[in-house]
Amino acid sequence: MATDIIIHDKKDNVGVVVIEKITPKQDCACWIMEDDSSTNIQSVDEIPLGHKIAMVDLKEGDTILKYGHDIGKVVKSIKKGEHVHVHNVKTKKW
Amino acid sequence: MEIPKSFLGYKRENGRAGTRNHVIILPVDDISNACAEAVANNIKGTIALPHSYGRLQFGADLELHFRTMIGTGCNPNVAAVIVIGIEPKWTKKIVDGIAKTGKPVEGFHIERTGDIGTTMKASKKAQEFVMWASEKQREECPLSDLWISVKCGESDTTSGLAANPTVGNLMDKLEPLGVHLCFGETSELTGAEQVCATRGATKEASEKFMKTWSSYNDFILKEATDDLSESQPTAGNIAGGLTTIEEKAFGNFQKIGNCKFIDVLEPAEEPTKGKGLYFMDTSSAAEECVTLQAAAGFNIHLFPTGQGNIVGNPIEPVVKLTANPLTVKGMGEHIDCDVSKILSREMNLSEAGDELIKTTLRVANGRLTCAEALGHREFVMTKLYRSA
Repeated sequence: MATDIIIHDKKDNVGVVVIEKITPKQDCACWIMEDDSSTNIQSVDEIPLGHKIAMVDLKEGDTILKYGHDIGKVVKSIKKGEHVHVHNVKTKKW
Repeated sequence: MEIPKSFLGYKRENGRAGTRNHVIILPVDDISNACAEAVANNIKGTIALPHSYGRLQFGADLELHFRTMIGTGCNPNVAAVIVIGIEPKWTKKIVDGIAKTGKPVEGFHIERTGDIGTTMKASKKAQEFVMWASEKQREECPLSDLWISVKCGESDTTSGLAANPTVGNLMDKLEPLGVHLCFGETSELTGAEQVCATRGATKEASEKFMKTWSSYNDFILKEATDDLSESQPTAGNIAGGLTTIEEKAFGNFQKIGNCKFIDVLEPAEEPTKGKGLYFMDTSSAAEECVTLQAAAGFNIHLFPTGQGNIVGNPIEPVVKLTANPLTVKGMGEHIDCDVSKILSREMNLSEAGDELIKTTLRVANGRLTCAEALGHREFVMTKLYRSA
């Protein structure tokens, strides 16, 4: 079974691309590690291996959840299926 | 998989066992590097450990210098030691510290003799040591003689997804068998510090961790000129998809599996509370962290990487693993254990953990790591502040 995106925890609002890249409008198969369940998403952006995709719409100030934990804040609104990275998310720490 | 109960190691005078049998030429200070390297060049089979410090240090920084020097000499992967320093007093202090293990050690100071005379005297002793050490044989040692340190580097999201959890799986399987384990990287637990604190085996260990983390974080906040976006995460981390220090920290933290840490160690401090997992206060720079862990007595190192860190250490073999298929493809000569099939779900975590145990034991038994074969001998002292 081919998996394009892995999600650590059911609570997570981002997933990680695990194939070389996904292209815009690609229908992607997602695997949720925590409970071994599956879901699907259609991508908006091209996203390379290891980079994150938004699983839901996110607005400025929202918290990104990965591993079921807070890993930073949204600084520019993100649509479901878009690339999530340093251009739209910042640390809450330093 | 049935985990082997033993490995083939070198039994040392103090009851520890080594996975390697090095004779090292240890300079006390930077100006003694040239002489130490001359000796290592003269006497085949010895290695010099040049570094950048050792002059005019004071206070806690000097204590750390001595602890690192003495600890490196005491490491069971080292059969015998030649210590070379500019002055007699500090040279003797390091020799005396190493001598407590019962292993052969001799010191030489350069003042009043010069590089050439010292090189000659030290070379004669080094020849004697290396020929003596060459007769040492590997013997069967219980698995609990393994002291395994871990540190990740050039991480990306595949580290947190697969390579670090593989190390965690190994820890979960080997911890009950009585091995010593150590993780560090104080600053790279930022964002996951509260969760990490809950993994202290005792209230005391948890509190000690929080105190250590807070102190390191205060230092970073005091010195920071921006949001550290150029340093943490690194450019390599960001290229690999890691966005924030918090994301990196939760990935990093996967390395300890479900284990709990029994104590918090100072940099280069030898653990004294018996078998189990320890946290050591270290920098997150790979070569500094591994050098400190080796100085604390750890005899084999596991290093998961995402984008492909290439670090090695002169005395502690560094076993590298990655789950990133592009890293395996592009720089496979640095990767001892390929767990990239986890991402394609052709391999599960437990199978990956078993693979890593097999690789670890092969290296413990004598197989060279990629870093050893490629000549990586990064020996980097941690310096706490400016010298006097």
